[in-house]
Amino acid sequence: MTDWTRESGARIAEAVRSGDITARSVVEQHLDVIEARNPRLNAFTDITGGRALATAERIDARRRRGEALPALAGVPFAVKNLFDIAGLPTRAGSKINRDRPPSERDATAITRLEAAGAILMGGLNMGAYAYDFTGRNAHDSHSRNPHDPERMTGGSSGGSGGCVAAGMAPVALGSDTNGSIRVPSSLCGLFGLKPTYGALSRGGSFPFVTSLDHVGPLARSVEDLALVHDAMRGPDPRDPACWGGSAEPLAPQIEGGIAGMRIARAGGYFTRLASPQALEAVETVAGALEAWRVAEIPEAPRARAAAFIMTMTEGAALHQDRLRRRVADFDPEVRDRLIAGAMLPGAWYHRAQVFRAWYKAAVAELFRQVDVLIAPATPVSAPLVDQKVFTVEGQDLPVRANLGLFTQPISFIGLPVAAVPVWPENGMPIGVQVIAAAGRDDLVLRVARHLEREGICTARVAA
Amino acid sequence: MTVSAPPDFEALARTLGRALDLPLTEETLPGVAMNLALAWRLAPDFLDFAVPDTLEPAAVFDPRPGPVATP
Repeated sequence: MTDWTRESGARIAEAVRSGDITARSVVEQHLDVIEARNPRLNAFTDITGGRALATAERIDARRRRGEALPALAGVPFAVKNLFDIAGLPTRAGSKINRDRPPSERDATAITRLEAAGAILMGGLNMGAYAYDFTGRNAHDSHSRNPHDPERMTGGSSGGSGGCVAAGMAPVALGSDTNGSIRVPSSLCGLFGLKPTYGALSRGGSFPFVTSLDHVGPLARSVEDLALVHDAMRGPDPRDPACWGGSAEPLAPQIEGGIAGMRIARAGGYFTRLASPQALEAVETVAGALEAWRVAEIPEAPRARAAAFIMTMTEGAALHQDRLRRRVADFDPEVRDRLIAGAMLPGAWYHRAQVFRAWYKAAVAELFRQVDVLIAPATPVSAPLVDQKVFTVEGQDLPVRANLGLFTQPISFIGLPVAAVPVWPENGMPIGVQVIAAAGRDDLVLRVARHLEREGICTARVAA
Repeated sequence: MTVSAPPDFEALARTLGRALDLPLTEETLPGVAMNLALAWRLAPDFLDFAVPDTLEPAAVFDPRPGPVATP
């Protein structure tokens, strides 16, 4: 019997459409894995098994009636618990939010994925209020890396990374404000898509830093990233930043190859403070892409600093009332950053936004000369769950603030990124960012698919 | 615009915490002061960078070239 928990979403959908397997059987197999592995890995905070089985029954009934089934028919998925799930309070990784009334409707992303035939399995663990790169959580306990449970998943979409790497679902949704899809993708050895800012709707998701928040998928195949992207795309009045994304679906484009593409490695900032393993991963990918050119992203350290200040300030503004009313109920590691953020001068925030406009134009100029940039996703592979500091180039860096030091300058201006996993011999995986100009999500997926097809980047279910 | 590092971030946190009615306690003070110090260290990276006076941030950020699109 095929173990469908190790297959891609595309393969599952194909089998459900053709009648090789029922959607119900697919769901049952995944529920069995969740039951067996979740107590140790702590990826799920809410399991919607009854809903999943009911959805599967409807899909199977449609097939029995001879209806054509959509692209993601029978594909299990789960969502970071900042997405609204009808009937559940939206935790956003916090203790406070679980006192909210249950959501009356699903987030737009869930509605659209279910319309494409996908099956919601539940809500996933995350760093409190998404202010996190580690996957640690004081309320729900930490998500653990399926490839080594003593190690972090990365965050803040930690449960999303753990879920997919453990075979609990082939795809999961996360959010990415400063790196929260790309960091867990890197540490859990997965493909991740942080789309262009505003391409995919955040409607019905709990915000963190609205001017930087993105949503997107983590998966074990590039085709799954594209299929999920395509199901989610389109304008949405529930999200004022959502312009709808690519006019054409991306899945049919991913086999387009890289011929004629101008691909360069990001130099300067993106080579400093990277571990030998991170640099080796970039070299591996660069070699496969024949990307010998090095391009400097202008003023990237300033971009990271500006993103840092914007995050502190907007995050503090969002939570200021909750801090005054229920400070004791905050995750301590998040609480202190938010209180400090409320103390920063307003002029700093405004200046960060103005710098962002300058940086956007400067990087757009760079993308007249190259089509795709590659850079490390994280400076190191997964640290131990309780590790507070990692050392690179002789510098001790706090884990929590620095796992995203290579992702922040990219999401700061909303560029599309595919995180692609590289596996060193006898080691934990580490990711590489494939970056393109705003709106060219197609290019990052074409490059990612080329690397997958060539066997350079692969994602696997942890043993 | 250069920022001088205040000599004592705990004192700064106490002052601002009182002025802004923020929930500062002996438990939160060290972490808040540490995060303030980090912000003060990072902010000059972009505050010291000259940008044109006429450059405006977008009200709703649009990463694409050209005017803001309407959904």
